[in-house]
Amino acid sequence: MKELSLYFLDIVKNSTAAGASLVKLSLSEDGARTLTVVIDDDGRGMSKEFLARVSDPFTTTRTTRKVGMGIPFFRMAAEQTGGSVTLESAEGVGTTITAVFHLDHLDCPPMGDLSGAVALMIQGSPQCDFLFTHTTPRGSAELDTREMREMLGPDVPLDDPSVFLWVSEYLSEQEANI
Amino acid sequence: MKSLEELKAIRERMKNQMDVRDQSGDNIRVVVGMATCGIAAGAKPVMAAILDEIERRNLHNVTVAQTGCIGVCRLEPIVEVYVPGEEKVTYVKMDPDKVPTIVGEHLVNHQVVTRYTIGEALAAEQGGASK
Repeated sequence: MKELSLYFLDIVKNSTAAGASLVKLSLSEDGARTLTVVIDDDGRGMSKEFLARVSDPFTTTRTTRKVGMGIPFFRMAAEQTGGSVTLESAEGVGTTITAVFHLDHLDCPPMGDLSGAVALMIQGSPQCDFLFTHTTPRGSAELDTREMREMLGPDVPLDDPSVFLWVSEYLSEQEANI
Repeated sequence: MKSLEELKAIRERMKNQMDVRDQSGDNIRVVVGMATCGIAAGAKPVMAAILDEIERRNLHNVTVAQTGCIGVCRLEPIVEVYVPGEEKVTYVKMDPDKVPTIVGEHLVNHQVVTRYTIGEALAAEQGGASK
């Protein structure tokens, strides 16, 4: 994939597919250009056996074919920058995936359109709540869909195009300042 | 600066539209393949373009959803259109430039954009293979 934000969009789908009701995506960049990404969900979690082989492309829960490239790609992207991916999971509790990217490494893809990616995460799983935080030495951006729901009321779904556009613009504005 | 308060305006605006949507019964469904294969092939800008175009044209009878792998990864990004009472139409190798045409011709005017469909793509593949 050409952008880091596309990896996040892809990996977050594992959480929503696992029936999570809250997914926390946090990005924090330190002064040395090291980006730590944590995706923490309260989905159904994985057994020890599944967790042990989840980075193998021939492990997947999909039914259309027998390979799943999501986590293997993500791990490869992080490791190519000198970073890492670690997974913790407990059945019935949830999964936490932590990735470290060295942003100034030659092989690190650009961040790309993070705001658009987060907007599509929300649009793709309107029943799920998301807490997004992005912290850099220059400041931070944040969005909590639970706060959005309070404003929108029970009748406006989070997958409506007007909500998607609002999220995109709201986050773009915040991202531009950090 | 944009603020959460603006969502209240969206809520107000949609109040009236909701009733129309519930009663019309001609809800068109657009589904975009957004598994790893779809995302890697460029489904994200396609999805954004569809949502953008639908909002721009103020189409209230269209719902847009994401799905996983549709099973023909080499033809991603893939967009499926379900119009009630009509056969499903599958558009393949999508890019954002094709979106306004499909929204205008298919979703609004109910004319399938045949040149972007899976049937045309598979025919072209077979034609190429026989040479």
